[in-house]
Amino acid sequence: MSEDNVITLTDATFDEVVNASDVPVVVDLWAEWCGPCKMIAPTLAEIATEQVGVIKIAKLNIDENPQIPQRYGVMSIPTLLVFRNGELDKRVVGAKPKGALIEEFGL
Amino acid sequence: MSDLDVRNVVIIGSGPAGLTAAIYTARANLRPLILEGEPSSTSDQPGGQLMLTTEVENFPGFPDGIMGPDLMMNFRAQAERFGTEIETVKASKVDFSERPFKIWVGNPDAPEPTYLAHSVIVSTGATALMLDVPGEARLLGHGVSTCATCDGFFFREHDIAVIGGGDSALEEASFLSRFAKSVTIVHRRDELRASKIMIDRASQNPKISFLWNTVVEEALGDQTLAGLRIRNTQTDVVSELPVTGMFVAIGHRPATDLFAGQLALKDNGYLITEAPSARTSVPGVFACGDVQDDVYRQAITAAGSGCTAALDAERWLEAEGLGH
Repeated sequence: MSEDNVITLTDATFDEVVNASDVPVVVDLWAEWCGPCKMIAPTLAEIATEQVGVIKIAKLNIDENPQIPQRYGVMSIPTLLVFRNGELDKRVVGAKPKGALIEEFGL
Repeated sequence: MSDLDVRNVVIIGSGPAGLTAAIYTARANLRPLILEGEPSSTSDQPGGQLMLTTEVENFPGFPDGIMGPDLMMNFRAQAERFGTEIETVKASKVDFSERPFKIWVGNPDAPEPTYLAHSVIVSTGATALMLDVPGEARLLGHGVSTCATCDGFFFREHDIAVIGGGDSALEEASFLSRFAKSVTIVHRRDELRASKIMIDRASQNPKISFLWNTVVEEALGDQTLAGLRIRNTQTDVVSELPVTGMFVAIGHRPATDLFAGQLALKDNGYLITEAPSARTSVPGVFACGDVQDDVYRQAITAAGSGCTAALDAERWLEAEGLGH
């Protein structure tokens, strides 16, 4: 599955992208060494492609970007932060199947 | 039902056993379908228990060790290379009472099965046990973790507890000691089940200490874990262990719920196979890996038994005049 529709965020670009979006943004906090993160990445890429214009999927590598996980008190990955109008609306902790994610995102 | 193709081999589960069975049956031109499971942050996920481990040092062929998730991604790529079809779904019901065998995905009450199969290889593995104490589920992801590899990073300079006394508990403790200020291993007995090399390693680690004859009664904390209520099983004295992280490694139970009433199980829930074969109580259904192994439970023994199951399935299909 191509990741063409998945945005890569950093500590520096996070606020700008999340605040400017007119659709909800899901931020996937992940790391190279996290097995479950690797397993949900293709699922998130699928959702991103199927829901273009409805929701944005973004990912942030927590190894390279420590500030955002700290700001949101993240203690487990994968954690998916769902933002609506720039505000944190929901926090999904742990890898889940596609159907459950779609439900969590309110799609 | 007549419009459903009957698959030669359907493999349920995608740890070392299932993926090895896939590699062998794919190379035998049986075009296996593997139902790899659904993503989760427990061991019940595609790739199985190794997806939650760090460095695997005892899998032959990797002299410098390999990360568990990388090893499983390699297994998967190798299975795909020979034409294994992989579906990221979980079987919800099986019917092995007549042939072809029936397998459901999604709604188990659907009138028609999702797949039909001439032979089935069961490799659903084992699921990590949780403590099942108050506070544990509520604080999951907020100090309580099912995955040391995933979450160790967040516990830099924290005081944490690892619950359990086997190899996986000690491995997690060693791994977590890289980040944590201190790691306390809480064990309900006064001796460990772990292997000597792991015990030596943990005993020599200045950050690791042991609390013997101790059980956890509650995970405490409002928003995040603040401590554990523990009880000494000898004295019944209850106290609080001030930790902000808890990792549970108290063992596994075989994932055989799906097969109750269909395949013969041991009293402890593991599937019965006719050693040294992978044959179960139903001809045409084979089992491999931790779901039928209550003794060895290693990645390499699981992979070995996956090969056995594949060869057994191949020979059985041939004898039945099926599969090509």
